[in-house]
Amino acid sequence: MAFVQNLPFISILLSLFAGPLSSILSGKKAKWVNLAVIGAVGAMSAAVLAFVLSTGEPYVYMMGHFPAPWGNEIRVGVLEASMAVFFCVIMFLCMIGGSRERELEIEESKMNLYYVMVNLLLCSLLALIYTNDLFTAYVFVEINTIAACGLIMIRQNGRTIEAATRYMIMSLLGSGLFLLGLCFLYDLTGHLLMSNIQESVRVLKQTGEYHVPLLVSICLISVGLAIKSALYPFHAWLPDAYGYSTLSSAAILSSLVSKGYVFLLVKIFYRVVGFDVIMDSKVINVLFVFGIIGMIMGSVAAIKENNIRRMIAFSSVAQIGYIYMGLGLGSQIGSIASVYHIVAHAATKSLLFVAASGLTQASGDSTDFFDLTGAGFRNKLAGIAFTVGSLSMVGFPMFSGFTSKLLFAQAGVESGNKMLLTLVALALSTILNAVYFMKTVIRIYTPEKKKVLVQKDFHSVTMADQPAKSAALVCFIVLNLFLGLWSEPMVRLFGDGLAMFA
Amino acid sequence: MDFANLMNNYEEAVAMILFGIGFSNLLLQKNLIKKIIGFNIMDTAMYLFLALKGYIAGRKAPIVVDGIQSVEAYINPIPSGLVLTGIVVSVSVTALMLSLTVRLYRRYHTLDLDKITTQLKKEGL
Repeated sequence: MAFVQNLPFISILLSLFAGPLSSILSGKKAKWVNLAVIGAVGAMSAAVLAFVLSTGEPYVYMMGHFPAPWGNEIRVGVLEASMAVFFCVIMFLCMIGGSRERELEIEESKMNLYYVMVNLLLCSLLALIYTNDLFTAYVFVEINTIAACGLIMIRQNGRTIEAATRYMIMSLLGSGLFLLGLCFLYDLTGHLLMSNIQESVRVLKQTGEYHVPLLVSICLISVGLAIKSALYPFHAWLPDAYGYSTLSSAAILSSLVSKGYVFLLVKIFYRVVGFDVIMDSKVINVLFVFGIIGMIMGSVAAIKENNIRRMIAFSSVAQIGYIYMGLGLGSQIGSIASVYHIVAHAATKSLLFVAASGLTQASGDSTDFFDLTGAGFRNKLAGIAFTVGSLSMVGFPMFSGFTSKLLFAQAGVESGNKMLLTLVALALSTILNAVYFMKTVIRIYTPEKKKVLVQKDFHSVTMADQPAKSAALVCFIVLNLFLGLWSEPMVRLFGDGLAMFA
Repeated sequence: MDFANLMNNYEEAVAMILFGIGFSNLLLQKNLIKKIIGFNIMDTAMYLFLALKGYIAGRKAPIVVDGIQSVEAYINPIPSGLVLTGIVVSVSVTALMLSLTVRLYRRYHTLDLDKITTQLKKEGL
């Protein structure tokens, strides 16, 4: 066995131990440890990705040398490794981009606790990506929830504590349903490892036994993870949690935490139940319908919102809708589109959050829509970055959002009876996206009167004032252009990865 | 519908009813403490379900005391292990929820989540 094959396990362990270590360090040191860990994990994941690409097949890593039905396993394929790399890159940029806000909004004595949470969150995300065992997935889903809750409530005001409470309640409902579905599957198949469950489900499918319990367990798992990733009717906690928490938390929560659950669901669809069984079960049609409703309603709510942070948060509801719609199409290309959109949305939404905070910084830290008038001139880089993010979300060619919309449309055309609904929803949602994003872009490039600026005491922010955030913004813009212009190899990568899933 | 199976597996039915009670309490109660109680009922129902799945009538807990090594003598230990893991998870989540509740109560002097939201809107934060 090559040494590289140990790296997924080592990266999970490294981020897990960095958590407790941060609790005894000072805030400053913990920050560097955290950045070093994210960087190291990213590099290790890249090495694993290169290894898996060179061998061309996934491998299974036994934990503690116990063979299959007894031991716990990690499974690494192209999709898992590339997701790990992307998650690390985006998390790294979110942490750099939000460092000023963290220092302003988090008490000095609690600073190191923030990094404990971030390290544990990274650990749980990696474990969700790599694990081949359903119950391990459940445990790390809970760790993920607790860490995310800590990220929300670290900024101490009434809003964030209430948002964290609501987040916990919804998450607990979701994980309760997920656990119940998991126990049903264990009951039916007698296994917890994903590959073994899939074999047993195949047999059950052929004999036609336990049809209803299998269906119920698929439903419970899908609904549970849909609640946790804030699919439309379950999104009530989301705007407060993203709108009032500190910047890096909001960016990480919207771009990574909810995506981790969606990725787990994709994995369960392909690796645990088998996609043909899912297709027969009609569960995906329900996800499809709610995805489409979410695409529309999320955008409508965003249009009505006057707080820019909450507006971007509502846009997340719409984008999660896209991902579920792609899954709901029930075709290979639909799933590829969804996986691509997971990455594209993660890159764009964190860019938007960081850029929006740059704009509010130039507007006296006010998140009100009308205070942002002319903010694009006062903070030039943030203005450009926000425009890039908006264009990407709307689906302007060259940017990542365009490719994912194109893939969704292609998947829709090939999907037969769902074609009309998909295309209409895509068109409608694009227009709605354009309404609120372009409205904001026009607002930030409308010059404000000198008198008002003096009266409100708004100052310009140059790149030298915010070196860390500027670097993060430039990287985000490059990442967006990279995903948009280099979409062909990316799509092929995700396609290969999904093919390895089956 | 075949109700004979329901009577044979009435323990599982009880576990599911308890799960429903806990779930609806967690979802619908306004009082935060009642929500947490609901959550605990929900998780306990899961443990009951898992324990039932591991139990084989007439066998003992898988602890070797009198030298019997045969697999036939013992129940399935894996669900018991899952229950233990689940208990750890639910204890930590309960502690976190309780600490959030304490913080909210100190700030707003009420346990009603809806009232807290109304007060937040009044503060205009």
